[in-house]
Amino acid sequence: MTLALECRGICKSFPGVKANDSVDFQLEKGEIHALLGENGAGKTTLMNIVYGLYHQDAGQIFLDEQEVRINEPRDAIQHGVGMVHQHFMLIPVFTVAENIMLGMEMTKNGLLDRAGTSKRIRAFSHQFGLDVDPDAYVHELPVGIQQRVEIVKALYRGADILILDEPTAVLTPQEANDLFRIMRSLAAQGKSIIFITHKLKEVFAVSDRITVLRGGRVMGTTTPGEATESQLAEMMVGREVLLTVEKGPAKPGDVVLKVEDLQVLDDRLYMAVDGLSLQVRAGEILGVAGVQGNGQTEMVETITGLRPVVAGHVEILGHDMTNASPRKIIETGVAHVPENRETDGLVLSYPVVDNLVLSTYYRPPFAHGIVMDHNAIDEFGKRLIAEFDVRTPSAYTLAGSLSGGNQQKVIVAREFSRPSKLIVAAQPTRGLDVGSIEFIHRRLVERRDAGCAVLLVSVELDEILSLSDRIAVLYKGRIIETLPAAGATPERLGLLMAGVRKEEAS
Amino acid sequence: MTAEAKHIASKPAAPWARALADLAVPVLSVFTALAIGAIIIWASKANVILAYKGLLQGAFGNLRNLSETLVIATPYILSGLAVTLGFRCGLFNIGVEGQFYMGALASVFVGYSIKGLPIYVHLPLALAAGAVGGALWGAVPGFLKARIGTNEVLNSIMMNYIAVKTVDYLVKNPMRDKVSTIPRTPVVLPSATLPPLLPGLRLHAGLLIALVAIVFVYWFLWKTTLGFEIRTVGANPDAAKYAGMSVTRRFVLAMVLSGALAGLAGTGEVLGTNHNLPAAFISGYGFDSIAISLLAKSHPFGILPAAVLWAALRNGAGLMQVRAGISIDLINIVQALVIIFIAADEIIRWLYRIRKSKEEIREVVFTRGWGR
Repeated sequence: MTLALECRGICKSFPGVKANDSVDFQLEKGEIHALLGENGAGKTTLMNIVYGLYHQDAGQIFLDEQEVRINEPRDAIQHGVGMVHQHFMLIPVFTVAENIMLGMEMTKNGLLDRAGTSKRIRAFSHQFGLDVDPDAYVHELPVGIQQRVEIVKALYRGADILILDEPTAVLTPQEANDLFRIMRSLAAQGKSIIFITHKLKEVFAVSDRITVLRGGRVMGTTTPGEATESQLAEMMVGREVLLTVEKGPAKPGDVVLKVEDLQVLDDRLYMAVDGLSLQVRAGEILGVAGVQGNGQTEMVETITGLRPVVAGHVEILGHDMTNASPRKIIETGVAHVPENRETDGLVLSYPVVDNLVLSTYYRPPFAHGIVMDHNAIDEFGKRLIAEFDVRTPSAYTLAGSLSGGNQQKVIVAREFSRPSKLIVAAQPTRGLDVGSIEFIHRRLVERRDAGCAVLLVSVELDEILSLSDRIAVLYKGRIIETLPAAGATPERLGLLMAGVRKEEAS
Repeated sequence: MTAEAKHIASKPAAPWARALADLAVPVLSVFTALAIGAIIIWASKANVILAYKGLLQGAFGNLRNLSETLVIATPYILSGLAVTLGFRCGLFNIGVEGQFYMGALASVFVGYSIKGLPIYVHLPLALAAGAVGGALWGAVPGFLKARIGTNEVLNSIMMNYIAVKTVDYLVKNPMRDKVSTIPRTPVVLPSATLPPLLPGLRLHAGLLIALVAIVFVYWFLWKTTLGFEIRTVGANPDAAKYAGMSVTRRFVLAMVLSGALAGLAGTGEVLGTNHNLPAAFISGYGFDSIAISLLAKSHPFGILPAAVLWAALRNGAGLMQVRAGISIDLINIVQALVIIFIAADEIIRWLYRIRKSKEEIREVVFTRGWGR
């Protein structure tokens, strides 16, 4: 086998951190090579060096067994390296064709040849099984298709090596499967793919070989055939990791949350939640499964007071909380881990300590009258940072400079440290690494055992299955079925999530 | 912390180091603007040393010049704080000019019309009237934004016109001093006059009010729950809402307080400097204060040097013109350059090779787009 790419002894330091420590990495032609590691393990740094966004402090890069110097992305592209970033580099108000031809426009008589470009891109994308509509506007496309546009863009620029940086982080399970199919077909046509991820399941689903990074060093290279999930998890985290959640049977108590015939509009004023009813009891975890975009966000926002109710009732601990203010709901004893930690859950420009009192700053001991007591806040913050193992250089580090996992720990610390009777956790582990996921799962079960009612909303079926005591399936804004977790299988849930009920299926 | 955490943990930047890094861009912006100003002076065949020496002496050369600089700095400080308070809440209060006028109007009215009060009653009353006048003028766009989501920039600009025309009408008609040849209000009574700080100089107690206001605004924003809410709304309104804060109420509060500070700036001008409100009252302080707040990086403590700098440039320009024959318009160029460098700080970072630290996450968002 010939090597498409080889990195030898790559070193790269940032102030205070050794991001890559003599990393050796080999990519064979036509393979899908997973680069596995926790957040901050140095995966993206290594690939940014290959793509010319960073410069290595030491080490060599070989492409097609020739040593190359890559000074900027332009060099990488010229050498046939393409990269799809986690955050897409597309211009939303341009069409697909315009985005793809950007920087290499086709002209006819000195004018842009739109029709010709469209036609070429249509044919080109079809060749790789990546059919995209060249004339669609990017902002009108779902995320999964936008990602395809990025891939086509890279291929169109002549990429033979494709780097995909955490490509599934933004995708639904279905979209992820589509992506894997595309990856395999690209590999079959001779493209070499580097797949950056921290999700073990995906590694087994799609890759030919796996290289694990931890703390900037290569822990080893293996294949899906040789390794098991728990072995890989241990390589990533450096200690044994429990992949399944240990929990005893639930002891359900009184009803804490009761939602009846709820109707809610989304931002575009469509009925996103339409006749939804559910109940959560103290001491149980109700998992809400469903494909993203079936009203999860709107349901959670309504229960927590962030979105107005059109019709129906929300009752918490026997009190009517329909259209109550967020503060009133918080004070009733509701903790909320929001779906979007960066926009809702944290003020990124605030230090960690301030974020830890974001919803309690006005109460003693943190404030007396309108005067805040920063000593009490600091003391409380430092205690929480230790208790929830938030990895931060200091209590005063800005929340925005923490890794995603630690940001989520800040939110969990804040919400779980408050006395609460109901926890609403929306996608609590999205984008997190194995270690942080384990931590947050353990804490959720802990709160359940302490008698909290937990409403868990997640698009990760595994998470729903391993944590829930009961599972409600959300489809088009209503719960189409609620079943005990014991009797639920991924297949059954998958069908329900697609709107197919048992009696209809048979 | 575990061993691994210690490995990841790089040394955190000390607060003072962070503050020092924040200072780099404003200081270098001013320096660079003055350097380019020097090139312009040289290109117009004048003596650079003579010009800048004149500027410096005009601003600080003797007690009288220093006093004049501080007289100008006083309203700059207060109106700069007004803009800063808005910025901290994510609001662009471009209506400081109008609030300044309304503050001046309200305080001058109380200052000349109520008779027979002792100074310790009359002066506070006149000051309070000025603050309330500005606050009311600021409240209108704040309330409209909170209630129906209109843009505070547009509304506060329109409020500026209303303020200017209202003052113009009132001063020329019902409030006009009958014995004066030029249209202006009667002179405020001694019991409502801000006393001079030094005998024979125009510098008045308004400066003390401005200095107290700096400390107050800092204390309010960083040490009180209301300030915490205002800053949170400014930094991330979604998170503020999520955490149970009332975003709309804080919009109104920020505009009211911003307006009150702007009103006090106008008050100082009539009670301390002018002693009456002329129809030809043209301040321009409201717009300069936006530049001052930008230069101060929207920090109350930054307002003091920024306001003094702006006042010094304005006050020293005259002597510069006399000494070196350079048009005072040069000062406008220097001020404009400072603002360009502050707004486009990449230029300064590139010029002086200042690296952007990872810690630098903007708390203050100057423009959040329209309609939010």
